[in-house]
Amino acid sequence: MTENVYITASCTIADNVVVKNGKQIFEQKGTKVQDFLVAVYQYLAVNYPRFYKMDGLAKLGWMASEVLLEGSFDKTKYKPEDMGLLLCNKNSSLDTDIRYYDTVKTMASPALFVYTLPNIVMGEICIRHQFKGENDFFIFEAFNAAFIQQYVHHLFETGAMEACICGWVELLDNDYNATLYLTEKKENERSILFTEENIYHIYQTTHG
Amino acid sequence: MMDLKRQIVEQLNLQHIKPEEIGDDQPLFVEGLGLDSIDALELIVLLQQQYNIKLNNAEDGPKVFQSVRTMADYIKSHQA
Amino acid sequence: MYTKSAAVYVAGVGVVSAIGNNAKSCLQSLENGEAGIGPITLLNTIHKNNLPVAEVKLGNDELAAQTGLSPNASRTALLSMLAANEAWQDAGISNAGHLRTGFISANSVGGMDKTENFFAAFLKDNKSGRLKDVVNHECGAVTELVADGLGIKNYVSTISTACSSSANSIFFGARMIKHGMLDVVVAGGADALTKFTLNGFNTLQILDKEWCMPFDENRRGLNLGEGAGYIVLVSEKVAAGISNKLYCKLSGYANANDAHHQTASSPEGAGSYAAMKGALALSGLQTKDISYINLHGTGTFNNDISEGTAIRRLFNPPYPKMSSTKAFTGHTLGASGGIEAVFSALAIKQGIIYPNLRLQTPMQALPFVPERIFQKNVAVDHVLSNSFGFGGNCSSLIFSKL
Repeated sequence: MTENVYITASCTIADNVVVKNGKQIFEQKGTKVQDFLVAVYQYLAVNYPRFYKMDGLAKLGWMASEVLLEGSFDKTKYKPEDMGLLLCNKNSSLDTDIRYYDTVKTMASPALFVYTLPNIVMGEICIRHQFKGENDFFIFEAFNAAFIQQYVHHLFETGAMEACICGWVELLDNDYNATLYLTEKKENERSILFTEENIYHIYQTTHG
Repeated sequence: MMDLKRQIVEQLNLQHIKPEEIGDDQPLFVEGLGLDSIDALELIVLLQQQYNIKLNNAEDGPKVFQSVRTMADYIKSHQA
Repeated sequence: MYTKSAAVYVAGVGVVSAIGNNAKSCLQSLENGEAGIGPITLLNTIHKNNLPVAEVKLGNDELAAQTGLSPNASRTALLSMLAANEAWQDAGISNAGHLRTGFISANSVGGMDKTENFFAAFLKDNKSGRLKDVVNHECGAVTELVADGLGIKNYVSTISTACSSSANSIFFGARMIKHGMLDVVVAGGADALTKFTLNGFNTLQILDKEWCMPFDENRRGLNLGEGAGYIVLVSEKVAAGISNKLYCKLSGYANANDAHHQTASSPEGAGSYAAMKGALALSGLQTKDISYINLHGTGTFNNDISEGTAIRRLFNPPYPKMSSTKAFTGHTLGASGGIEAVFSALAIKQGIIYPNLRLQTPMQALPFVPERIFQKNVAVDHVLSNSFGFGGNCSSLIFSKL
């Protein structure tokens, strides 16, 4: 029996614009991505100093999930082990790999080395929101709506998760895109069905 | 010690803290600045890169990095 | 259509590590108690004489000759190809052309060994360095190269979740089979030693300057290793046609996040506990059914107490036998889940238990002691294999006798 899964919130961060559920909430053209993300953090008056230590990819994914969940998610409805993540990108942690490798010339930086794995961004999100369920990171040539839809749907179907943050978090130098979906089995007044078209449509808005 | 505070802020990416806000004797770890184990490792890098001091025994870390003052004292007594 | 109860079988295994270039020679070393740890020979690094590592005893030219890939390919790809091909040949699936086959591979460094060499030249003079060498840097490219070599086209995917990567590849493959989307999956992972990882782990101060001692009270850290490990998973239908070649079933798996720190595990081992518990729940087994635990057991202070605590909390006496084979192979990072899955399947098929080498003083905080001698003719019915990665990513697999 295939139950329905819904997108109950979405967030995109691309081209220095932050959009939540289709509405723009912040923009700052002209700044480099890491400075832009700090500006978003300060604009939203988040109190999480650990943010400053994260690398670009983690800042991007963490910020997008922060915006995604704020006001849209009641985590008291779920057990920590039932909340999970499924993220993908193309360049893994290459941006930080390059920065870290530069430090090896003089003395390797532990703080940068820690981020030379793409799944650390999931670790940061889990630490922040206490998501203790399954989490996986896939590498693809390009955004793959079909995979995200099928696999996340499968995870719900098998009871592996009851709530899932899924999507695409990619960053290499100033080329970046975060497109995240909050998915649950319960509808709300603004939710839409978790279909390949709906997933792709939201991603497409970042290329408009 | 102000120079050292500036270096700490820069090395550890403490963008939310101004060097002058760090007390000379304020605990750096656990309470106080709330630094963690990775920050401790970065401070070891700082000692090496800025002062050419190698902290070979990581177990000495908690004593040396207790506060800015203990760090400054350690640097003074170990500089060539 | 998803069939929760659909069984998934292991039909072939392939492995290359510091203790052997194939399954047979690894088994020989495991039985003889011969670890593959020694001084660095393959990398030109300042740490050459300080840090023991577990290198695969084949140079890139030899790997290329054995795999048919170019000697200029990344070492990760070469290792991956060698082990994946062994697994594929071992499964001996004759009508593979008619079956939907997938290749799901994991690695943490991708083609980093080529990029390192490129960077050294590039940073000195940005007109030098062969850009062609870095074309296969990204993790996904290594997977594609090997998939092409094996002739697998239906489904190819790359997972990158640090040290739990290849365990995650394996159960992702199982899900694809249970979901009726694939019939056969070659799943596992590979990683080559690079200066990138050596310097990184060294700067995190979790490397042992001597040969590592997992689960010892006085352990000092881990030794980095390299290698590749793959298993061939097949559906019930395919298994029916090759029943005399099967090793075991993959009966359970789970993944959880520790949600504690980017690199350190929580003291109570929350993530490990949840992963082991979840795998047991899926398999329908009780803790008392587990014959052997292949520990993640890296030898770091943090992992071993965290993992040990999770086991103490989950299991009751009498505790299952357990050991960390990383005392033999070093910590092979993205390959570890795959390599240890191979060892787990072999343990069931051959009725053997591996020793936890160099264990002198058992950990005081734990009420159990890993096995210290190699054992044969043991009834090994169910094996639990743990793989825990940075970012709090914890996976456990359970393999069961047929």
